Amino acid sequence: MSVILRIRNLKKYFPTSKKGVFVKAVDGIDFDIYKEDVFALVGESGSGKSTTAYTVIGMYEATEGKIEYKDLDISRIHWKRPIQLKKNIQIVFQDPGTSLNPSKTVSQIIGAPLIIHKHLRGEKLREAIINALNMVELPSEYIYKLPRDIGGGEKQLVAIARALSAGPEFVILDEPTSALDVSIQAKIIRTLLKLKEELGLTYMFITHDLSLVRNISNRVAIMYLGKIVEQGPTSQIFAEPSHPYTQMLLSSIPVVTKAEEAFKPKQVQSTGEIPSPVDVPPGCSFHTRCPLAWDTCRKIEPQPVELQPGRIVKCHLYSKHKATLSGAKL
Amino acid sequence: MRDSTVAIDISARSAYAERLKRAWYRFSRSKLSLLGLLMVASIIFIAIFAPVVTPYPEHAGAFVDFGNTMHPPSLEHPFGTDAMGRDILTRCFFAFRGALIMGIVVLAIVVPIGTAVGLFGGYFEGKWFSTIVMRVTDVFLAIPPLVLALAIAALLKPTLTNSMIAVCISWWPWYARLVYGMTVSVRNEPFVKAVELTGMNRFKIMFSEILPNHLGPILTKMTLDMGWVILTGASLSFVGLGEQPPTPALGTMVSDGAKYLPTYWWISVFPALMIVIIILSFNLLGDGIREMLTSGE
Repeated sequence: MSVILRIRNLKKYFPTSKKGVFVKAVDGIDFDIYKEDVFALVGESGSGKSTTAYTVIGMYEATEGKIEYKDLDISRIHWKRPIQLKKNIQIVFQDPGTSLNPSKTVSQIIGAPLIIHKHLRGEKLREAIINALNMVELPSEYIYKLPRDIGGGEKQLVAIARALSAGPEFVILDEPTSALDVSIQAKIIRTLLKLKEELGLTYMFITHDLSLVRNISNRVAIMYLGKIVEQGPTSQIFAEPSHPYTQMLLSSIPVVTKAEEAFKPKQVQSTGEIPSPVDVPPGCSFHTRCPLAWDTCRKIEPQPVELQPGRIVKCHLYSKHKATLSGAKL
Repeated sequence: MRDSTVAIDISARSAYAERLKRAWYRFSRSKLSLLGLLMVASIIFIAIFAPVVTPYPEHAGAFVDFGNTMHPPSLEHPFGTDAMGRDILTRCFFAFRGALIMGIVVLAIVVPIGTAVGLFGGYFEGKWFSTIVMRVTDVFLAIPPLVLALAIAALLKPTLTNSMIAVCISWWPWYARLVYGMTVSVRNEPFVKAVELTGMNRFKIMFSEILPNHLGPILTKMTLDMGWVILTGASLSFVGLGEQPPTPALGTMVSDGAKYLPTYWWISVFPALMIVIIILSFNLLGDGIREMLTSGE
C-alpha cells in the first residue's frame, strides 16, 4: 500500500485581534493516508478537523509543517499549487445549500471542472456532465435545473458529481452528510462508497459521527484541540480505545439495544466541554476533562507512543512518565 | 442517446418557460408594478414617437409665435403655451427624449464601471489595492451626487453630454459600494471556494460565478435610479448646466416658467409634473422588479 498523503508536524495558527495571541486550530499533527483507504478524521466542533481539511486542500496556508501528496510537497496556498494537483484533489463541503452557486444550473456547476481540467466543449462536455450525473444516480434531466429546484440530498449528490467529474484521486469529504436528513444520509454514504470502489478513490472523511466512522472507514484519527490524540485502524480503535478521550467519545455513542451496549468500552462519563483553542491548557490539553489525569498530565505534554504498527496514542498512560504515576487507576 | 438528448432539451425549455412564468406571476401580483410598467412603456413610446404623437412638433425647436403667448391650458393647448407661444405639451414630450437618453446613457456607463470596481474591491477585500480603490469610492460618496454633479458641470461647457459626464462621475460609487458589499458577503461562501479550488481563473470567478448572483439587486437599483438620474439631469438643466435652448429640457422649462409664477403657473407646473411622473413610473417598476426577484424563491 502506497502513501498518497503524508502530513508531518502540520500547524495552522490564526491571528486574533490581540497581538501575539493565536488560535491554534491545528497544532502539530502527523498522519499518513494510504491509497484507496477511507481515512476518518474525528473530533468535536472546534477540534480543528475542518481546518486540517482546508489546509490540506489549500484554502489556508499552513503555518508550519509539511503536506506531501505522492511525495510532492504541496504545503502552499491553493493558487500557488500546480493545476494538475487541483484536478487530483477535490473537496465536498458540508452544506450543499451554500456549496452550489445559486445562479448556476446543475450542468454549469458540474461542467466547471471539466472545462478547466479536460478542456471539453459542446457535445463532449454535455456527455461528460450527463455521465457524472448518472454516476451519482441522478436523472439526466437535472442538467438544466437550478440548485433551488432540487432537494438537499440531491444537491449534495450534485456537489459529489462536481468533485468527481474531472477524475480526482483523492477526495476530502467535510462532513458531507451532517447537514442532511437521516433518510438521505444513508444514500449519500452508499453512493460515496460505491464510487470509491468503482473509481479507486481515496477519501479523507471529516466527521463527528462515530457510528458512521465505524461503518465506512478503515483508519481513523481522533483530534482534540488541534492535536491527534489517537490514530490507528478503525477496528482496533473501536475494539480497544486507548486514549481516555477516545474512550469518552466511544461511550457517548447513543445505542438502542443491549447487544450494542456490550460493544462499547467501559463507561467513561463525558464531562465538560472542549476548551478554547486560544488558551490551550498546559501539559496534556485533555487533562481538564480527563478522569485519569494526574500531576504529570498538567505539566508535561505527552509524546506520541506507537502501541502497535500504525497505532499511535498520545497519552502519559502509555509513555515513560507512566513510571511516575501515583494513584491513577487504569 | 439522441432521443434522451431531445427529451432533455424539451424539459430544459419548459423549465425555462416555467421560471419566466413564475417571475411574471410574482411581478404582476401587484397592480402598482403593472401600472409602473405601463407608464414606463408609455413614456418610452412617447419619447420615440414624439413627432407623431404631439400636436405641434415644430414647437420643439426655435419657434416663436408672439400671437399665442401665455395661453392657459385649453383643449387646443392642454398644458398651455409659454412666453414664446410654444405648446408646452409638445415641448414636454420632446423633453422626454433628452431625459431618457440622460438616464440610459448614464446608467450604461455607470453600472459597468461601478460593478467592476465593486467586484474587484470585494473579491480582493483586505488587499492594499482593494483598500485604495474603496477609499477613493468613499471620498466620492461623501459628497452628495447633486452637489458633485453641479460642481463638475459648472467646470465644463453646458451641454447635454457634459451634464451626463458630470452625473456619471457622481453616480458610479453607489454601484461600486452596492456590488462591493454583496461581493464581500459571498466571496467566502463554499460555492466560490469550490471553483477556486478547482483552479478557475479569478476574473472568471468574479464575472461568471459571483456577478450573476448580484444581477437582481443591480437591476432593481438601475430601475429605481433611472428616475433619480433624470431628476439630477433636470436639476442641472434647471440651473442652466444641461441641454441648451431651444432644445426642450424639463429642468430648463421649469426654471423658465418660474419667472412668471404664480400668474402663469402652467409654464413650470406641467414640466415639473412630468418629472414627478417619470420618477414615479420608474420607482413603481423598480419595486415590481424587486418583488419579482426577491420573493417566493
